[in-house]
Amino acid sequence: MTASASVTAHAGRVQPKLGRDDWMMRAFMGVIALYLLATLALPLYTMLSKSVEDGDGAFIGLANYTQYFSTPALFHSIYNSLFISIVTTLITTTLAFVFAYALTRSCMPFKGAFKVIAMVPILVPSLLPGIALIYLFGNQGMLKGLLFGHSIYGPIGIIIAEVFYTLPHALLIIVTALSIADARLYEASTVLRATTLRTFFTVTLPGARYGLISAGFVVFTLVITDFGVPKVVGGQYNVLALDIYKQVIGQQNFQMGAVVGVVLLIPAVAAFMVDRLVQRRQVALLSARSVPYTPSRSPVFDWAMMGYCALISVFILGMLGVCQYAALVKFWPYNLTLGLSNYAFDLMDGGGWDSYFNSIRMALYTAAFGTGVVFLGAYMVEKSRGFHTGRGVFQFFAMMPMAVPGMVLGLAYIFFFNNPNNPLNFLYGTMGILVICTITHFYTVAHLTAVTALKQMDPEFEAVSSSLKQPFYRTLTRVTVPVCLPAILDISIYLFVNAMTTVSAVVFLYGPDTALASVAVLNMDDAGDIAPAAAMGMMIFYTNAAARLIHGLLTRGIHARTQAWRTR
Amino acid sequence: MQQSEDQYAQPYLRISDLSKEFGVFTALQGVSLDIYDGEFVCFLGPSGCGKTTLLRAIAGLDIQTTGRIEQGGLDISALPPSERDFGIVFQSYALFPNLSVARNVAYGLENRGMKRAAIQSRVDELLSVVDLADQADKYPAQLSGGQQQRVALARALAPSPGLLLLDEPLSALDAKVRVHLRSEIKDLQHRLGVTTVMVTHDQEEALTMADRIVVMNEGRVEQIGTPEAIYGNPSSAFVADFIGTMNFIPVEPAGAGQVQLGDTRLTLPDSVGIEAGRFNLAIRPEDIAVWAPELGDDNRLEVQVSNLEFLGSFVRATLELPGNAAPVRADLSINLMRDLELRPGGRLSIVLPREHLHVYPD
Repeated sequence: MTASASVTAHAGRVQPKLGRDDWMMRAFMGVIALYLLATLALPLYTMLSKSVEDGDGAFIGLANYTQYFSTPALFHSIYNSLFISIVTTLITTTLAFVFAYALTRSCMPFKGAFKVIAMVPILVPSLLPGIALIYLFGNQGMLKGLLFGHSIYGPIGIIIAEVFYTLPHALLIIVTALSIADARLYEASTVLRATTLRTFFTVTLPGARYGLISAGFVVFTLVITDFGVPKVVGGQYNVLALDIYKQVIGQQNFQMGAVVGVVLLIPAVAAFMVDRLVQRRQVALLSARSVPYTPSRSPVFDWAMMGYCALISVFILGMLGVCQYAALVKFWPYNLTLGLSNYAFDLMDGGGWDSYFNSIRMALYTAAFGTGVVFLGAYMVEKSRGFHTGRGVFQFFAMMPMAVPGMVLGLAYIFFFNNPNNPLNFLYGTMGILVICTITHFYTVAHLTAVTALKQMDPEFEAVSSSLKQPFYRTLTRVTVPVCLPAILDISIYLFVNAMTTVSAVVFLYGPDTALASVAVLNMDDAGDIAPAAAMGMMIFYTNAAARLIHGLLTRGIHARTQAWRTR
Repeated sequence: MQQSEDQYAQPYLRISDLSKEFGVFTALQGVSLDIYDGEFVCFLGPSGCGKTTLLRAIAGLDIQTTGRIEQGGLDISALPPSERDFGIVFQSYALFPNLSVARNVAYGLENRGMKRAAIQSRVDELLSVVDLADQADKYPAQLSGGQQQRVALARALAPSPGLLLLDEPLSALDAKVRVHLRSEIKDLQHRLGVTTVMVTHDQEEALTMADRIVVMNEGRVEQIGTPEAIYGNPSSAFVADFIGTMNFIPVEPAGAGQVQLGDTRLTLPDSVGIEAGRFNLAIRPEDIAVWAPELGDDNRLEVQVSNLEFLGSFVRATLELPGNAAPVRADLSINLMRDLELRPGGRLSIVLPREHLHVYPD
């Protein structure tokens, strides 16, 4: 034990010296955190302060809120919003659960096709199902009789369209939850002679419960923050997201718009926080070592499930079909000859064909810059050394956009960027602000995708590289990015598709030269040009479908080319 | 007690009073040790003993809370990994999956102003050293675990680091490959003369590969010494129990250099001094001898055989001692077994040779 003899006391704590990599990574993280500060935190703060000011900018405390809550026409929207959100959540979650159950637990044919069809609503703006419903059940609708005298304009129409719009989001989550089932539990249940029904209630449902809860919150948030559906098919039925639009665009009452924004922020943030708590538990389930469940054939059940999925698919494709038909019909319902006259967008209000090409440009920029920003940010959070506080703050910033409704973000941007004293004011009305706003709006999901991919990489790559005296950016470009390429493509297609379909945030921010296709759908519908609105909505659908196809081919190509080194 | 200290004046790596805290958990506590140029040192201990934390502190990956590390006479305590001089092989190997074997090995040579041809020849040289010259163009996923391990070794050695750190490099491999690679790594280290620190929880690995072993427990160094010293003369009950198999027999002190076990008085080696209190007598199973006239009657015990376990080249016998002491295990050769015609339940006369006895406080 000679070693202990040579002990010398070193009382002080060692202050690690930061290497060049550490400084660079922190600087990068700082830049992206500043970006999120300027594009998210500060605008939101500005909106909050606007809600306690009068029209001239003087502080008036909670007077705006008092006025809001003493105006029944306004605060009744809270009840309306909650009502349609809760009803839609119940319907969508149930429908999605049965659909997911069919996909994961039956041996029905055409599973692949059903899965693709169920994802279609993601590719269209939420305005489109509203338009389809007008053609089906509106005052001159094809199937108007089915409503037995009820009007489609109002809660009925909103809920049907929202179910269409939210179904794929719920389905994705529930399919994942059901896929992690442990076959051993089912074997145990069979051996114990439990009935199928009992097995369902004691094994299947408990196993999927976190997925169901999570799906429910996602649907709730999507519906309560959605603006497209109520705008088109809401009629006189007011909801919070629509109130913001009406206060700001209709009445130019920005202060009251800010108040509604704050009111809308509360349920969205609450739903987000509960969902995060639930998801944390879901992880524990996933990490369990389980034997994957493989369904066995059961003709009656399989055919029943196929029938169900076919019904849902007809609903989804039917909505799209109606829109496409309406877009081609010359003048519904009087002149049913087909033609392309509704595609002469340049003759209508809304921005014309330019808006379509603007949308594609905006979506491409968003995909390119957004993917870069998001992936770099996630890389810094995951792979930098030490700096725990900074990384925690960054992670918080990255999660925030999920909780902020698009309408609120857009409104916050008006307040922040339209202020002539803001050095960033030059962005107002440009393509730049649309891209920035859209990246921020969809930051969280993209960030989580990147983090998941990075977490799957060996955590020692960075350690090995620094022992070999290589700067981090070399490992990033030579190893991390190539290995994460599929995830990077996933992020870019996610951003592209959402940039094409989003209406809520950008509706406040587009300028005369930067009208967007999704906004054109809104404006043409507003002006009564419903058929051209449907035509433009379908253009967005075809563009997104093509983008998805290219994405699929690229991903397949990458997998083929990298098969030699990919073990997974 | 180390010969090596006399051979080399200055330690290459000097660790002084190192402590590491993760929040309220103390992972390392007052660790000090010297490692000499060209030595192969193993950090050995159960999981959670702090051996990997110590290795990561040496690498600068998780810098210690307090304490000092010197390498080659320079204080490197606070330096980031990129400013230290070491190569490292992880348990996972961390080979870059999208780069070929040759590109992996070349990774640390690029960006340093080396000529392309020089890099190529250094890569070829290293790949032939680890016997993988014909695998240069393959990807890591196409290699076996043992081959991947050798690529990782070649990559770590390529820039000729002054210190090689191995973090459980063999534990992900099959038992047979592991035994083969042990001698291969040891040979390579000997040929290149690179100072090497290896972390392992496998005592056989440490005993066969290391020049010196650092046994660790609960964030502290228990003993530092050659494999022979650690095995033959464990300095604490923990080391005695952790390395190899050891019988512990509770005894009472009985005067100068003697202890009492039931009715029998046992004599201890001269080097062992005991104080008052309860003690455990310790002896390895292979050191227990079957009595023969030439062994004399010192430290002789009459025991009953309660169980015999056949283990190939020898038999491990469970022996009931007189009194209430727990049974002890003794390893008896197959030849001896044949001569004795031993059966469970039979009686046997054994000797606990005084030179093989250790004493630890209870």
